Amino acid sequence: MSAVAAHAHEEDHGHHHKETFMTKYIFSQDHKMIAKQYLITGLFMGIIGIAMSLLFRIQLAWPEQSFTIFEVLLGKWAPEGVMDPNVYLALVTIHGTIMVFFVLTAGLSGTFSNLLIPLQIGARDMASGLLNMISFWLFFLSSVIMIASLFVEAGPAAAGWTIYPPLSALPQAQPGSGLGMTLWLVSMAIFIASSLLGSLNYIVTVINLRTKGMSMSRLPLTIWAFFVTAIIGVVSFPVLLSAALLLIMDRSFGTSFFLSDIFIQGEVLHYQGGSPVLYEHLFWFLGHPEVYIVLLPALGITSEIIATNARKPIFGYRAMVASILAIAFLSTIVWGHHMFISGMNPFLGSVFTFTTLLIAIPSAVKAFNYITTLWKGNLQLNPAMLFSIGLVSTFISGGLTGIILGDSTLDINVHDTYFVVAHFHLVMGISALYGLFAGVYHWFPKMFGKMMNKNLGYVHFWVTAICAYGVFFPMHFIGMAGLPRRYYTNTAFPYFDDIADINVVISIFAFVAGAAQLVFLYNFIHSIFYGKATVQNPWKSNTLEWTAPIEHMHGNWPGEIPHVHRWAYDYSKPGQEDDWVSQIVPLKEGEEELQH
Amino acid sequence: MTAILTLTVLVLIGISIWQISKMFELSQIDRNTTQIANDKDNNTQGKLMFAFLVFIYLLTLYSFYAWGDVLLPEAASEHGSDYDSLMWISFAIIFFVQTITQALLHYFAYKYRGEKGKKALFYADNDRLEAIWTIIPVIVLAGLILYGLYTWTNIMTVEENDEALVVELYAQQFNWKARYAGEDGVLGDANVRFLQDFDGKNLVGIDVTDPNGLDDVVVQELHLPVGREVIFKMRSQDVLHSAYMPHFRAQMNCVPGMITEFAFTPITTTEAMRQNPDMIAKVKKINQIRKENSKELVANGEEALEPYIFDYLLLCNKICGASHYNMQMKIVVETQEEYEQWMAQQQTFAQVIQ
Repeated sequence: MSAVAAHAHEEDHGHHHKETFMTKYIFSQDHKMIAKQYLITGLFMGIIGIAMSLLFRIQLAWPEQSFTIFEVLLGKWAPEGVMDPNVYLALVTIHGTIMVFFVLTAGLSGTFSNLLIPLQIGARDMASGLLNMISFWLFFLSSVIMIASLFVEAGPAAAGWTIYPPLSALPQAQPGSGLGMTLWLVSMAIFIASSLLGSLNYIVTVINLRTKGMSMSRLPLTIWAFFVTAIIGVVSFPVLLSAALLLIMDRSFGTSFFLSDIFIQGEVLHYQGGSPVLYEHLFWFLGHPEVYIVLLPALGITSEIIATNARKPIFGYRAMVASILAIAFLSTIVWGHHMFISGMNPFLGSVFTFTTLLIAIPSAVKAFNYITTLWKGNLQLNPAMLFSIGLVSTFISGGLTGIILGDSTLDINVHDTYFVVAHFHLVMGISALYGLFAGVYHWFPKMFGKMMNKNLGYVHFWVTAICAYGVFFPMHFIGMAGLPRRYYTNTAFPYFDDIADINVVISIFAFVAGAAQLVFLYNFIHSIFYGKATVQNPWKSNTLEWTAPIEHMHGNWPGEIPHVHRWAYDYSKPGQEDDWVSQIVPLKEGEEELQH
Repeated sequence: MTAILTLTVLVLIGISIWQISKMFELSQIDRNTTQIANDKDNNTQGKLMFAFLVFIYLLTLYSFYAWGDVLLPEAASEHGSDYDSLMWISFAIIFFVQTITQALLHYFAYKYRGEKGKKALFYADNDRLEAIWTIIPVIVLAGLILYGLYTWTNIMTVEENDEALVVELYAQQFNWKARYAGEDGVLGDANVRFLQDFDGKNLVGIDVTDPNGLDDVVVQELHLPVGREVIFKMRSQDVLHSAYMPHFRAQMNCVPGMITEFAFTPITTTEAMRQNPDMIAKVKKINQIRKENSKELVANGEEALEPYIFDYLLLCNKICGASHYNMQMKIVVETQEEYEQWMAQQQTFAQVIQ
């Protein structure tokens, strides 16, 4: 583009046609508005997902007892207030689906990729505003369909969030595998389309629209994380789509991709030659990278927040980028560790054990680098910083047990027990949620021009942090005792009677944790309307988004887009007056840029 | 139980009221201050970070004190001790790393809490340090991987041999059946197509035209002679199930349309396991709990719970539908004589269909 054309293009951003309510708030193509739409939809889904977990925690702590709340919320599915086993399975299924996909994929990645990619790389907007808008509305549509599935006659999908066939394929096998499962599959297919449009947009934007001076090696780690996450999504989500489509074929058109030799409800079915193990391969080819699709953005957000609030450069920037890339690569060749005892060849188990345990290396590097970043810092312990430190803590606690589950031998006895539940909730559930919270507290001023209340933030963090360990730490014990997950009640086995009290402890922690999220919700909503006005750069951060005006404008910066002269982490650099130097400040005479 | 429940609800209501009031109080105080952490906040939060480290350690210690006895029940199979030593080695490493990293993380958060005017150390890179903490995990993991793969190969290599007992585990919604190969030691062919033959008496779908199947024995309770290798052939007739036998460190999915395998050698009879001091303590504890629970039941005019006696368990560990939580089979490990005696009382397939 010639200089003249570029100038004309800049000018064009000045004169915008008048925005109506519809184009500004509903069908907006502006990345900042779309980010808010993602966040609010994600939080709404989060409320439903967490509420469901509290319902089944009641059942697990006091099995088969009558509760009015069940009668009120579940109606005919809780005759006389006692939860039906099918409903229990439906609740865990939809809880998992909503939390993994709708909250931690769309809610986390959708929000912050949209908000931060253009702002931190110095772009006017996403490469395609239209695709971005379509991406959000497809996500919204899939959310509506998923919620609608809760209201169908026979109940929503109940085959676990992994929906393994034949259970998910045969309505005869459980009531949830009828219309509820059809809606689940349709919803997920649309969700995947949304995710792909979003990811392609992120990739193109990062590659093409960086401002002058913003080389890849100067990108903030947030952008690296979002960029790599988008690549993993584009590589692996289509495989889940194919699994979903094949499953739809098996369910509705009589094919036998995943089914064979089945006798159910007094009838031999016609299916021949398919294999459920094939489905497991296809599912986990997405399913495992999905863990990192959820986690990497949270780690990126944390890197940024820890560096800013420690007033120190992130330690080992190159190693951090390298470990993101290594994790991303490895994440696509480890899916088999979910299938050690699925009946696949044990030799494959050996291969997947090897690749899986390798992931511990880049993960360890990341953890050590975070800790070193704190060392000799000047830590500003804002709520966002607390959640970031909390993330590192749960990332370590949860990640370490991965050494046991990733080892095919040890997996034999703890596979599908509560040990697994404890592991993945800590390492990807809680960690990613902390990433989401940290991001919201940190970028709330950027999103809404207001500050959130820090004291409520502190209450929110500490109650959540204590309860998160209170819920998931004891689960390791009941898992090691041999208690399988997805059991409606443990009373069918007197052998497990002595762990019933652990379940009560876990549930009480869970309820308190749930209550703590109300503090966050109150703080979030209250601050949008009544929060204290923010200054332009409240955290004294180096990255570009804080050079944009508080008031949102289409095109992000009035006039020219700022140019970048240094990396994002010149905090407390010797020879500088302040303990931060914005990326747009040119190097002083004689100042050396760190060779990273 | 209702008392606990009421108490919990009360506590929860109390906590919510406290939090809500706190919430408003806090939002009042802070109306005029900025929402960025000041020195006072940094000081308080830094100390809380340190307190949180103590909390993590205490929670760990308390959990082991209160619930340590439920961890990994005594292994009752030959490969069980290999499994357990790998588990405890991994655990030792995990605990070591966990204790140190959590300490560093939270201690630094406390030690370097911010102060106005203080300047952080500009410390962006140290190749040697990073090399160290890349290489150490590499070495540790290499050891774990090698040890793990060695054990895995030993456990999972199933070699057909004349000595071993061949048993089919047959899964369906929501129960288990076991099929013994009979005197010829060979399981007859089977398929779900044959399930409806003989008015449903053909419980696992044995092909009647295969002579190997006629002496097969189908039972609802799994009996295994001690000290003899058992090769399990798993089948399922409807959805995925998983045969999980925690005491034997054994698990394998049952997949419709294919036969999966797992093998182990039981080394402790049911009777001997019942005499194990840990098990005696566990059973005693369970029976005390059951007695407590019974009191309430009796008060409500219901029957008291039966006292618990230990038995090995086969559980279903892959979500399979409404009664997944109750899909179980008793496993009896006994001496060769007892096993033969029991087997002699069972009917062969030929006898059943006559």
